Amino acid sequence: MNQTPRSRVVSAVLTKDLRIEARSRVVTNQVLPFAGLIMIMFAFALDNDDVLQRVAGGLIWLATIFSLFVIVQRSFAIDTSDSALDSLRVAGIDLSAVFLGKAIALTLQLIALDVVLIAAAFLLYQVQVSAAGLVLLVTCVICATTGLGFVGTLYGGLTAGTTGRETLLPLLLLPVVAPVLIAATRATEAAFGSGGAATSEGWAWVGLLTIFAAVFGIGGSLAFGPLIDE
Amino acid sequence: MKASQVNTGVSLKMSQSSQKFSSTGTQATRVIGVLAIVVMAWVVISGLVFTPADVVQGESVRIMYVHVPSAWIAYLAFIVTAIASSFYIFAKRHSLGFDRVAGASAEVGVMFMAITLITGSLWGRLTWGEFWQWDPRLTTTAFLFVTYIGYLAVRRLDGSIEQRARRSGVIALLAVLEIPLVHFSVVFWRSLHQRATILDPNGDVKMDGLMLFTLFSGVVAFTLVFAWLVLHRQRTMLLSDLSNERGLDNAILARQSENASN
Repeated sequence: MNQTPRSRVVSAVLTKDLRIEARSRVVTNQVLPFAGLIMIMFAFALDNDDVLQRVAGGLIWLATIFSLFVIVQRSFAIDTSDSALDSLRVAGIDLSAVFLGKAIALTLQLIALDVVLIAAAFLLYQVQVSAAGLVLLVTCVICATTGLGFVGTLYGGLTAGTTGRETLLPLLLLPVVAPVLIAATRATEAAFGSGGAATSEGWAWVGLLTIFAAVFGIGGSLAFGPLIDE
Repeated sequence: MKASQVNTGVSLKMSQSSQKFSSTGTQATRVIGVLAIVVMAWVVISGLVFTPADVVQGESVRIMYVHVPSAWIAYLAFIVTAIASSFYIFAKRHSLGFDRVAGASAEVGVMFMAITLITGSLWGRLTWGEFWQWDPRLTTTAFLFVTYIGYLAVRRLDGSIEQRARRSGVIALLAVLEIPLVHFSVVFWRSLHQRATILDPNGDVKMDGLMLFTLFSGVVAFTLVFAWLVLHRQRTMLLSDLSNERGLDNAILARQSENASN
């Protein structure tokens, strides 16, 4: 079979997902306010400025992970309605390229979300960041969201089109993203200097985030095809 | 009326297994079952009566005779699941037998993991004064437990038996990637935020000969129970898969012929 080059499939799927988002504005109009609301609710629950400043890093990443579920489910709901995913399979294209395209689209949406969440942390929780901390923070956001993009797409594809996916996805994804939550939280805390953490402590955690992204990037590319191809 | 008489016209595999419908036991599982009962009885008596109480931990040390073997079985079960799943996925002929062994082993593993966590936290309450410590090993075990609950949920998703096998096989292999990452990140996390523990669970514990033998017997007994449960469970899975494949039509046919013969 004459196959379309992988890079073209990746960019086509990526553009498609981002275009759907640009037109429907679900992430901007619904997921962003939802994540912002979580940040405000945390402030109500913890009710202490010092505590909020100390745990800001963890709250940002918890809000990101909760939003991840919503975005992943929506992304695959679009793909499975009208059998769009089946049409992609019929087209005979490389499914690992579809995986990469969707994962990159998801990562970009998560990065946009995190920019807003970190801004919210500055406004609501009074965190501070140095120049060196900012470099760490940006790297951490890129590495963590890449990892989340890969696992989100992989497990989203697994549960796509099955009954009970709304409840199953968090059950499957939460244990898997635990390392991202731990590592990204520690790196972000190091960037903010929460609890007297030094910026340099954060880089080891970024290393862990990179390993995570690499493992699930490779694992996902291999597993996505067999999972969808049924 | 015997089941084998109803099954005329069904596949050979079907009628062969239907002759064993009365039981999922075989000669081998009966031997394993009897051995398991005998060794387990010895462990109960020795663990509760013959072995002495520990100098430091007192009577609570007896929890160990259940806790350590069940933890061993829990991890063994998940290794079996991973190996069986990789056989299913990577072998040329995707044999559903491997999928059933993987599923049966995971079910039994989840049960032993629950026993491990419960007995462990009871022991922790007696020894540390707390039910839970954020020790890397404990935390990883808890994550393994939740991961395999997710695995069992995936097995119950709707779809064909082949879909079930493929999905759950991939999940089992992903868990093999995930667990080391979780363990490593928790170790790393704890190394920076270590609290003093009353008794180090990894500490060097000197053990009396009979205690060690009882513990070893416990491992043997639990392994036999595990083998027995997995063998039976994968056979009941085979039967339920077959009955699903056979469908409603055959069930109605069977009922009709039963009525006709009466």
